[in-house]
Amino acid sequence: MSEGLASPRSIAALTEPRPVRIALTVAAVAFLALFLLLPLAVVFTEALSKGLGSFLDTFAEPDAQAAIRLTLLVAVIAVPLNVAFGLAASWAIAKFDFRGRNLLITLIDLPFSVSPVVAGLIYVLIFGAQGLLGPFLQRHGIEIIFAVPGIVLATVFVTFPFVARELIPLMQDQGTTDEEAALTLGASPWRVFRTVTLPNIRWALLYGVLLCNARAMGEFGAVSVVSGRIRGLTNTMPLHVEILYNEYNYVAAFGIASLLALLALVTLAGKTFLEWRHADSLAGRGGH
Amino acid sequence: MTATLAPAGVSGLARDDLRARADSLASGAVHHGGTAVRVEGILKSYGGAGPAALEGVSLDIAPGELLALLGPSGSGKTTLLRVIAGLEIPDGGRVFFGRQDTTDIPVQRRGVGFVFQHYALFRHLTVFENIAYGLRSRERKRRPPEAEIKARVERLLDLVQLPTLAKRYPGQLSGGQRQRVALARALAVEPSVLLLDEPFGALDAQVRKDLRRWLREIHRETGQTTIFVTHDQDEALELADRIAILNRGRIEQVGAPHEVQDHPASRFVMSFVGETARLAAEVRQGRVWVDGRPVLAAESGWPQGPVDLCLRPWDLAVGQGENALPGTVREWRRTGRGTVAEIQLDGAEAPVEVAVTEVYRPGDRVRLEAAAARVFARG
Amino acid sequence: MSPAALAPAAPRAGRPFLRPSALPGFRLTFGITVTYLTLVVLLPLAVLLLRASAIGPAGLWALVTDSRNLAALKTSFGLSLAAAAIDAVAGLLIAWVLTRYRFPGRRLIDALVDLPFALPTAVAGIALAALYAPNGWLGAPLAELGIKVAYTPLGILVALVFVGLPFCVRTVQPLVAEIDKSSEEAAAILGASRFRALVTVILPPLVPAMLTGFALAFARAVGEYGSVIFVAGNLPYVSEIAPLLIVIKLEEFNYTGATAIAAVMLLMSFSALLAINLIQDYSRRRFGHV
Repeated sequence: MSEGLASPRSIAALTEPRPVRIALTVAAVAFLALFLLLPLAVVFTEALSKGLGSFLDTFAEPDAQAAIRLTLLVAVIAVPLNVAFGLAASWAIAKFDFRGRNLLITLIDLPFSVSPVVAGLIYVLIFGAQGLLGPFLQRHGIEIIFAVPGIVLATVFVTFPFVARELIPLMQDQGTTDEEAALTLGASPWRVFRTVTLPNIRWALLYGVLLCNARAMGEFGAVSVVSGRIRGLTNTMPLHVEILYNEYNYVAAFGIASLLALLALVTLAGKTFLEWRHADSLAGRGGH
Repeated sequence: MTATLAPAGVSGLARDDLRARADSLASGAVHHGGTAVRVEGILKSYGGAGPAALEGVSLDIAPGELLALLGPSGSGKTTLLRVIAGLEIPDGGRVFFGRQDTTDIPVQRRGVGFVFQHYALFRHLTVFENIAYGLRSRERKRRPPEAEIKARVERLLDLVQLPTLAKRYPGQLSGGQRQRVALARALAVEPSVLLLDEPFGALDAQVRKDLRRWLREIHRETGQTTIFVTHDQDEALELADRIAILNRGRIEQVGAPHEVQDHPASRFVMSFVGETARLAAEVRQGRVWVDGRPVLAAESGWPQGPVDLCLRPWDLAVGQGENALPGTVREWRRTGRGTVAEIQLDGAEAPVEVAVTEVYRPGDRVRLEAAAARVFARG
Repeated sequence: MSPAALAPAAPRAGRPFLRPSALPGFRLTFGITVTYLTLVVLLPLAVLLLRASAIGPAGLWALVTDSRNLAALKTSFGLSLAAAAIDAVAGLLIAWVLTRYRFPGRRLIDALVDLPFALPTAVAGIALAALYAPNGWLGAPLAELGIKVAYTPLGILVALVFVGLPFCVRTVQPLVAEIDKSSEEAAAILGASRFRALVTVILPPLVPAMLTGFALAFARAVGEYGSVIFVAGNLPYVSEIAPLLIVIKLEEFNYTGATAIAAVMLLMSFSALLAINLIQDYSRRRFGHV
């Protein structure tokens, strides 16, 4: 087509008219501001509503500190467990061809479609007082439900797929040639994994760990069912937020909440950085 | 089982060492050892999808030989290469390196050098570390000291003519440079056999040509037993000492380039190693008949009865002899080397391009005389 | 060529479980995967289903159709469908604007879309409650208009829209980015107006992704607990969601009642999962992508 034919009208026909573009942009940004930005702003505003002093007092409370410690402890157990599982699952699924592979992938995704409350419930049904193993556990004085092990289990369940589902598609894309090359050069299996596979997936692994950790620290529903909310003992930060809120202690509730919101923002920043800087080392970025 | 499969006495990869090894090969000292690699009755099937299958492939590769596995895609040539390397586990058959049965030796301990089609360089490691990878992978007892690793890698970088690129990452190299690094990495472990999968497949035409010549030189210098896979018959004919031609998981013929070219063992080989005109014909009474006309004297040993008559275009010339084959000119044009006519021989499947001296128009009837021909029984 | 060479390779009966490979570690990693998956996910879920089946179909039916349970399930499913529908439309709009238009702050806003994935649900819950409470930033002006959001089903809807939004944006966004410019150009050259080109050429390939996003948002919304309970008011028969009812039954040690509701919810989310897979299968066949 000659330049003379490219009238302003035919150019305009390849995008929307300017007023429409502006209207759509405003609508989209307004929707996001209303539903995402405002709630975030409220958290920090309420936390600081009585001044910095009372905000900081929140974290001096022994119960708050216990909640923070327990949350960190749960994450420190659950995340490495799911990293180990994610690495094993993605190696088996992405590097080998076996029957039932797709079924296995579907099963790994299963916890995403289970309500957090149901995730807590299933462990109560097994380990609770009236549960399958309840009498046995009681006889031996083992506490799982309303204790830390139950919280860890429930957290492991809800964060189960995060690492594996970041790694599987990436490792499938990468194929097996690099590992084969290392093998022909005489490398031991562990060396192949450590020096070839791991560097190839490090950014995706970090990405998965980031999301896994955010969920592990922030999980509420599943943990709330198995925790029993014993202050200072089985109270994680999100549970502590609930208790404080229900006691109308808003400054403290939003204080703890602001710490969790900060964690979310750091997670988002890290995630965005990885997507921006290492997009080619992550699997095709789509929905979650 | 940690047998060192590399020939004894080769401790380093200095050019001098390699030359000495090449000399000893040339003098025939190692040739008495028989075969460097032998595969016997290799069977491999995948049941449906997956790489090409192998249906009982046997092959001997002599020490110091440069052998091409040539075939169309799906012929099983890459599968065979991977079976030799230990990257595929055959369903049946044995693989020997020298006298040792390596069929059950895992790939890590086979001591092969493998250059992958897309190089498979470790992109997070420098060129230096890529080449050193195999040496560093050895168990502590057999691992050379750091100074020796450094010296060896530098010698290899010289050998592949990339002495200044040690600190670069694979992503910063051109395709041809990556290919050289991949080769250096494979040679660093002093492999008993060097295996290359479509070594030039991913490169553009000019780089391919340069690298081909260069690989030939490296081979001459190192005397390294080498097997490479290619689908390009020119590449195989130009580079290889011998060519094994594969089709549908079987070896159709093994021989020196001139043998496969001049004495193809099958119709497949004939048409795969060069352009071919094919006509339905019949051998009887010591002659080859096309359309009821005798066109050639039959050679002794040719099959009797209905045959495919296969002709190389360069064996054809316009002539008026009574045995000449009739055909119709489709097109006539000038090329860099002269003038050619595209001629459809009566009864042939497809037209052939024949060098001509006169001007023709489409539709002209001509007759072609064949200086040589091959016939294959119709099956 | 011998005739045998022309015959296709005889197919071997029965594909083996594992295609032989030179790579190490299959037994170890496969063993870990299956064991861990079974212990953490499959067995516990099986216990739930077992317990549900022990109640028997008649008992299960009676529990599910108990008026309070039924009301909660209706609230959960109805509002989840509505929220997912709002998310699907808003998600398309946001994905389109973020991908097609350039404006200041676009990258930041793009990153913000994932906030509901990262923000703990309890935090979102109390934030929404504070925002929409009668004295909140949004609650106060809305109350003047006579609209009550917090502690009503509308509050639940807002929370569910919040948690489902990223699914709908992130499933559609890559497809908007990949829209073939030349098919838009072709439509324009063929004389289609921009609106017609949008409706006939550009949007149809996005529909499967929108449906996938819808199903994901729905599945998430049905099970959502933390962000809802603070803003819902939790009035039985009015603003009580099914997950909350499970928690209430558990606190009453009514395991059977909790199990029945959980089983129904599990069934629904698996149906959503199945629907997603079917949509993606269809999309792959029809449009060559997911």
